[in-house]
Amino acid sequence: MVNTKKVALTGNEAVAQAMKQINPDVVAAYPITPQTEIVQFFSSFVANGQVDTEFVTVESEHSAMSATVGAAAGGARAMTATSANGLALMWEVLYIAASNRLPIVMPVVNRALSAPINIHCDHADSMGARDSGWIQLYSENAQEAYDNVIQAIRIAEHPDVLLPVMVTMDGFIISHALENLEIIDDDAVKEFVGEYKPDMHLLDPDNPITMGPLDLYDFYFEHKRQQAEAMKNAKKVILEVGKEYGKLTGREYGLFEKYKLDDAEEAIIVLNSAAGTAKEAVDALREKGKKAGLLKLRVFRPFPYQEIADALKHVKVVGVMDRSEGFSDFGGPVFSQVRSALYDLKQDIKVVNYIYGLGGRDIAEEDFAKIFGNLEKIKTTGKIDNLVSYYGVRE
Amino acid sequence: MAKTLEIRWHGRGGQGAKTAALLLAQSASQVGKYVQGFPEYGPERMGAPVTAFNRISDGKIRVHSSIKEPDVVVILDPTLIGATTDVTAGVGPDGVFIVNTNRSPQEIRKQLGIDKGKVYTVDANKISEETIGRVIPNTPMMGALIKVTGIIPYEAFIEDTKKQLEKKFSSKPEVIKGNLKAIERAYQEVKGE
Amino acid sequence: MTSGGPFNRNFGQGDKGKAAAAITSDKEWKDLPRAGIIPFAGNAESYETGDWRSKRPVWIKEKCVHCLMCWRFCPDSAIVPDNGKFKEFDYHHCKGCGICVNVCPTKAIEFIGEDDAVADEEAQEKEKI
Repeated sequence: MVNTKKVALTGNEAVAQAMKQINPDVVAAYPITPQTEIVQFFSSFVANGQVDTEFVTVESEHSAMSATVGAAAGGARAMTATSANGLALMWEVLYIAASNRLPIVMPVVNRALSAPINIHCDHADSMGARDSGWIQLYSENAQEAYDNVIQAIRIAEHPDVLLPVMVTMDGFIISHALENLEIIDDDAVKEFVGEYKPDMHLLDPDNPITMGPLDLYDFYFEHKRQQAEAMKNAKKVILEVGKEYGKLTGREYGLFEKYKLDDAEEAIIVLNSAAGTAKEAVDALREKGKKAGLLKLRVFRPFPYQEIADALKHVKVVGVMDRSEGFSDFGGPVFSQVRSALYDLKQDIKVVNYIYGLGGRDIAEEDFAKIFGNLEKIKTTGKIDNLVSYYGVRE
Repeated sequence: MAKTLEIRWHGRGGQGAKTAALLLAQSASQVGKYVQGFPEYGPERMGAPVTAFNRISDGKIRVHSSIKEPDVVVILDPTLIGATTDVTAGVGPDGVFIVNTNRSPQEIRKQLGIDKGKVYTVDANKISEETIGRVIPNTPMMGALIKVTGIIPYEAFIEDTKKQLEKKFSSKPEVIKGNLKAIERAYQEVKGE
Repeated sequence: MTSGGPFNRNFGQGDKGKAAAAITSDKEWKDLPRAGIIPFAGNAESYETGDWRSKRPVWIKEKCVHCLMCWRFCPDSAIVPDNGKFKEFDYHHCKGCGICVNVCPTKAIEFIGEDDAVADEEAQEKEKI
């Protein structure tokens, strides 16, 4: 195992640290709360000569992603970072990045989308980008954010994948909160991410190419099918990289974390920081003899539907937590995907949705206790009063 | 499960409440504690009331919810007492208040309007002005907090703070000395009942 | 019940209090104005930024020549003139930036610690009683 250092850093510091150790060729970024500090810290690394990165200050997030795409297309290892409306502003370029098969890695600090203007934690931003073709890794805390950013480089650049990766963490709750974590040393990161050796890029005069040309209906579909295959391959690569990272650091990463799930009768699915709070609630319930469990989803894109179904097949009631509302009138994005994943089991598993924490609304251990209480009631009565409920809203 | 100490800091933007919470968390983590340090998540401005929080524990901290019932409240700016932020909110009967002021614990207790718990005071403004040369109460208040709670050993705290200050103020040794003196004085001078 | 909520929002009294009545931190979603729209004007005044002050300007009447330079420079409209003359500071909104102290040509504004000012006020109250 590698040399590690126990530190206490905020989520933003941890991510900036990972970026520093990765030492990308280009970072083009624009500030937006709560991401700003990542770029601020990174730019001081640049100013101090601690990285070799070409730092491009741009005038908007649309330009940030455009410049990052340009750099990546030119064969550079390129990164950027954003949140909320910043991610929304770069929306069209997200699709371009993924469709051009560029292995960009971007931390996204989850924040609510306007309007009204809210700077707090909400998953609407990354969930809103779920169809853009980006791989999505969700992080419970600063340690996971740090580890995910490093692994993301290997996942993105793998020849069977070549897709951009977004690594999320909760705005303010993780990004601005200082926590204990372990960082690995510079050489270990350098060796783990290796050198970026693109097989084709725009700055190779001996092998000239055109990227992103006009693509009519006689070819576009085939290119999209290729892209879909890459996303399918990503699952295998994510697991391989996660295993390798585990050998290096002692922390192995998979598609999701199962917490007291194996014999659970009621379980919740949850992403990011609320999972930590929920684990405390699960422990308290277990002490009372309740069979509570939790599945913390790490990989949302690609969506590991077979593995999720397998992990939940014995559970009687599943409460899916969504920290975003897709306004589909049919629950949030995690809910519809999980419910659909369970369809083929042809089992009578009750699935309900709790939309929570929008715009940074706090959720505490006692809230999860109440939610598990609701799930237990559904288990004993067999009745679902509300398929979708809004936990914590004043009503 | 390990007991977690929950601390809430009240200050004004620019007084270093957030920095104090993060510095404390850093030091506590260096002596082997599990920590969290985070500001209240509002847009911060100079002069506006700011709240920051700490959790310190011997066991891993997994919750990421906000702190509603702090065990200890540190008030960097006494003009916040009775202002729109309720500095006593959520504090139970065993709660401890540590206030930066030149008034006595009894006077502050009256101002806070509480009859249970403990109230400690220290004139961090005066101490910082005399040791660092300007009014910056956060480092001395940390010394007072360490004395009152005993949450981490004082020597270890001084060691780590010295290292952190050396990183931040490498070109200004008087600032480092001043801050360390400020912490020591507050550690000695904090009083309460 | 008017609740300040976690950010101590104060939407004001009286006419300005219409907003206070419409938007409170205990209202349910059905009872709030649509989409976060604030359906009243002029309620920024109800946000008492005076709370942010750690030092306050105090008027020295004898030295004032009523040039109103302070009023001209105040970024918060926290100086109240009356008939072209200085009347008073609006301490509900004065953030204590000290610009007025700086620009006053006759040094007719003193800048004192808020803690001391509050202590003085309390002492005066006691004397009245």
